[in-house]
Amino acid sequence: MVHQYKLNGYNIVLDVDSGSIHLVDELVYEIISLYEKTGRTDIVRALSDRFEPDDIRSALVEVEELVDQQKLFSRTDHAARLFAGPGFPTTKRKSSTANAQLDHDEGADEYGRKHEDVIKALCLNVAHTCNLDCSYCFAGQGKYKGERALMSFETGKKAIDFLINHSGSRRNLEVDFFGGEPLLNWQMVKDVVTYARSVEEKTGKHFRFTLTTNGLLIDDDVIEFTNKEMHNVVLSLDGRPHVHDRFRVDIGGQGSYARIVPKFLELVRRRNRGTYYVRGTYTHLNTDFMNDILHMLDLGFRELSMEPVVCRPDEPYALTEEDMPVLKEQYEKLAKEMLRREREGDPFEFYHFMIDLEHGPCIYKRIVGCGAGTEYLAVTPTGDLYPCHQLVDDPSFCIGTLDDGVTEQDLQNEFRKCNIFAREACRDCWAKLYCAGGCAANAFHMSGSLFGIDTFGCELFKKRIECAIMIKVAKAVASAT
Amino acid sequence: RIITLPTRKLIDADRRDGCGECQTSCSACKTSCVANQQCEQE
Repeated sequence: MVHQYKLNGYNIVLDVDSGSIHLVDELVYEIISLYEKTGRTDIVRALSDRFEPDDIRSALVEVEELVDQQKLFSRTDHAARLFAGPGFPTTKRKSSTANAQLDHDEGADEYGRKHEDVIKALCLNVAHTCNLDCSYCFAGQGKYKGERALMSFETGKKAIDFLINHSGSRRNLEVDFFGGEPLLNWQMVKDVVTYARSVEEKTGKHFRFTLTTNGLLIDDDVIEFTNKEMHNVVLSLDGRPHVHDRFRVDIGGQGSYARIVPKFLELVRRRNRGTYYVRGTYTHLNTDFMNDILHMLDLGFRELSMEPVVCRPDEPYALTEEDMPVLKEQYEKLAKEMLRREREGDPFEFYHFMIDLEHGPCIYKRIVGCGAGTEYLAVTPTGDLYPCHQLVDDPSFCIGTLDDGVTEQDLQNEFRKCNIFAREACRDCWAKLYCAGGCAANAFHMSGSLFGIDTFGCELFKKRIECAIMIKVAKAVASAT
Repeated sequence: RIITLPTRKLIDADRRDGCGECQTSCSACKTSCVANQQCEQE
């Protein structure tokens, strides 16, 4: 499968199965668009009104070389890869077809059965309460439709032990402190980190901690400990003051922008290890989110993330189909701004444009994605287990407890099948090896099924990937000239 | 007429493909999860 598009003056061709990316001239671009359905002679005839026949023939030779090298129109049976490799015991395939598309259903089921039973990441909801009252929050003011609660140290310690005991041969384990607002349970967070560090050497495990905070309770102690222990910290800021304060208000209805920005700036100024992301949410009310990113840059932040709101479609701030062209244009503008600032020596990072073409994920990761419900679980303050932090507000998704482990095997098996072979719409999508089938929670919320499609989210994702690849192409051209 | 960017082989016999040590995607966004992940072996 090939995806070709034009962006920022570049003709870009992506070969999906091999991951190859080509920058081509106009003639090759036209040839590739005709190549699979048109014979050689007909291609020459079809293009000869705009190009010289000799040029068409020589360009065809170059295209055919790429095809022979399996860098264009390649056909790799990724489904077959599910049957071999570490944690994927070898089993004789039932069919030997060279076309993976015929094996998708079989692949999804086999993957679910054979994936090594390992948990390597936990989202600890250490506080089901919040000191902000953001109406757009999927956690419903931090309570997830339940009672306010704080996780005890005993439960946090139990979660660390649970993770160690269920992580098999995995060395790198991840714990995200989430909520609600985790700084409302800060001493417990510190105690859990200290406990985990104390058992690293004995267990041969390495913990990576992350923290997501609204910033209100950041002080010197939080900055010092976070910058020492947290591999990544996510700082929630929506952008311009009026945009941020529209939703991110305290219990009394007062905006939080003026209180948190100085704290974020101080934390970032003193941060000398790991990463941080200033992470915003955009809604129907600020589809010009590029201006919010520019505002973050003006404040001095350089590692940025801006996400579309996740909410019911009947909310007044929900993104609409009419917003889509505007949002796509915003991403394109953002990509061009990134290139401009890079040229001028003041680069910044945008999370969704960060792709590593040479050192990115292997095919297994691209097939299975985030691992929600299998290698990644969310833990409530009382020790209940959920497949994902975005599903904690729905008791029907409770998958077990820290004491009993995963008890809802049928539910877990549903999540095991969440991969690029599971969704009909993904099979012919050029972006499937970049999104890994997308977010199961978003699919459920938008379609009512884990195996449904968040069509709106897919469109945005594809635009972001097109922009990210274009940035890579532009940088490659710049470094070659 | 064609510039091919350097890209990793998605299936690479020289690596321990599927080692599972890389970061769990759901890093910065928490709401719209692999494109920006990196192979841990790097």
